[in-house]
Amino acid sequence: MALPDLLDSAQRQVYTVSALTREIREHLESGYPDVWVEGEVSNLRRPASGHIYFTLKDEKAQLRAVLFKMSAALLRFDLEDGLKVLVRGRVTVYEPRGEYQISVSHVEPMGLGPLELAFQQTCERLEKEGLFDEGRKRPLPFLPERIGIVTSPTGAAIRDMLRVLYDRFPTLKVLIAPVRVQGKGAAREIARAVENLNQQKDVDVIIAGRGGGSIEDLWAFNEETVARAIFSSRVPVISAVGHEIDFTIADFVADVRAPTPTAAAEMAVPEIEVLADRVGELDQRLASIAAAQIRSHRRDLSALMERRPFRRPVSVIHEWQQEVDDRVEELVAAVRRNLSASRLGVDSASRQLLAAAPRETVVRLRTRALALQQALVRSVSHRALLTRERFSALTHRLDAASPLSVLGRGFSICRQLPDLKVLKKASAALPGGDVRVDLTRGHLICGVKEVHPKEGVFERTEL
Amino acid sequence: MKEPSFEEAMTRLEEIIQQLEDGEAELDQTLSLFEEGVKLSKLSHKRLESAEKKIELLVKKEGKKLERRPVEDDGEELPLLDEVE
Repeated sequence: MALPDLLDSAQRQVYTVSALTREIREHLESGYPDVWVEGEVSNLRRPASGHIYFTLKDEKAQLRAVLFKMSAALLRFDLEDGLKVLVRGRVTVYEPRGEYQISVSHVEPMGLGPLELAFQQTCERLEKEGLFDEGRKRPLPFLPERIGIVTSPTGAAIRDMLRVLYDRFPTLKVLIAPVRVQGKGAAREIARAVENLNQQKDVDVIIAGRGGGSIEDLWAFNEETVARAIFSSRVPVISAVGHEIDFTIADFVADVRAPTPTAAAEMAVPEIEVLADRVGELDQRLASIAAAQIRSHRRDLSALMERRPFRRPVSVIHEWQQEVDDRVEELVAAVRRNLSASRLGVDSASRQLLAAAPRETVVRLRTRALALQQALVRSVSHRALLTRERFSALTHRLDAASPLSVLGRGFSICRQLPDLKVLKKASAALPGGDVRVDLTRGHLICGVKEVHPKEGVFERTEL
Repeated sequence: MKEPSFEEAMTRLEEIIQQLEDGEAELDQTLSLFEEGVKLSKLSHKRLESAEKKIELLVKKEGKKLERRPVEDDGEELPLLDEVE
């Protein structure tokens, strides 16, 4: 019944391929302008154009899908084969091939959130590359010269960190690299700031962090670019994100993970009091050991001074003098020996000289001198004899004339005192005066009682 | 020669004191150890005391060149290092 109709060419509606395809396209595209489809990703391709092509499938069917570049850039995680996803998009027809596909505007993983998935995927990838290796983690400087801080200039985190840092170490030096820590581009800013701080010669530790927040807020610290910047850092990096429970990928790469910015500040610097105490203690030990050493050396010195050369320097000098004397004596003896040797030489020389003298002259002169000498002796002794004889005769005459010899015959000499003038006449004496009478032996001191000038020598005197 | 870090200075100072306390050093060596110890101690004190609190800010001049400027006031609003391109 219907058959003749179909054979009736007037009844036929003939499409060109294009026209039909266009019509189908219009139907499909207006019929499925915004649909959600779930399925497993397979046959994924990423050509250079940046668009992503894949097939969504379930047990019984397949659906071609395309994720254009603009939408692909918004993906937090990596699309990969086998991933079960829920996609949103619109159905489109690609006329040249007569194929329909779903043009995807949004993809989310099934079972867990896209960020969780992205986190997982990044972790796996970086771990495989060795970015999380414990072996590459570096110790923090004991006392940093300058701490670099990568964080938001406006958050509570920077204030907390500065407060703790300066509480602990008031003379600390800090260089802040202020960045945005969330939102689009934050990861890149953080990564660059880490690089920039690395170019500053005096920075020897970096804290990169922010306060806590949702996984979305913290996301920049899960991004690969931040992870790689931390990995490449010349100086050790402390990650300081959130409040304790949240781990970020930055935490895994960092040399040290701090649960909060405050904790990072505490890890970064020691307390100045503790260091000052330690330095002070070492100072004291040094000083006391110094004092002890000085005492000990002084004792040694005293002991040395106790030894004889120091205690009795004079005796040492004496010893030295003695030695010097000995030496001098030796020297003198040596000189003497030399001298006598010389003198022997002189003697023999003079003997030779004498021997060479004109002998006859000497003998004659000597004989004559002898004769003269004898003559002289003779002459002198003759005269001495004569003189002695004369002297003897004179002595005899003198003897005879001596008053002493007269006295011997009973005469005495009377002399007036006190002038000892010899009294020859009685009249010369003064009555009442004193006279001295010298006898042969001894003398008398007598008083003159009377003077009788006229009487002879032998007249009797009446007493 | 580069100055030792605080930690290096402390470690060396401890070594020196240990050596002196052992009392096995010769007089000459003792004196040079003292000298070194005193220097290290001074250096350590200097590290703790001399530097003034100093906060600086990393900024970019004319888009590229990195510069540092001191932050006078902790409450100052700090500019961002890098703008999004």
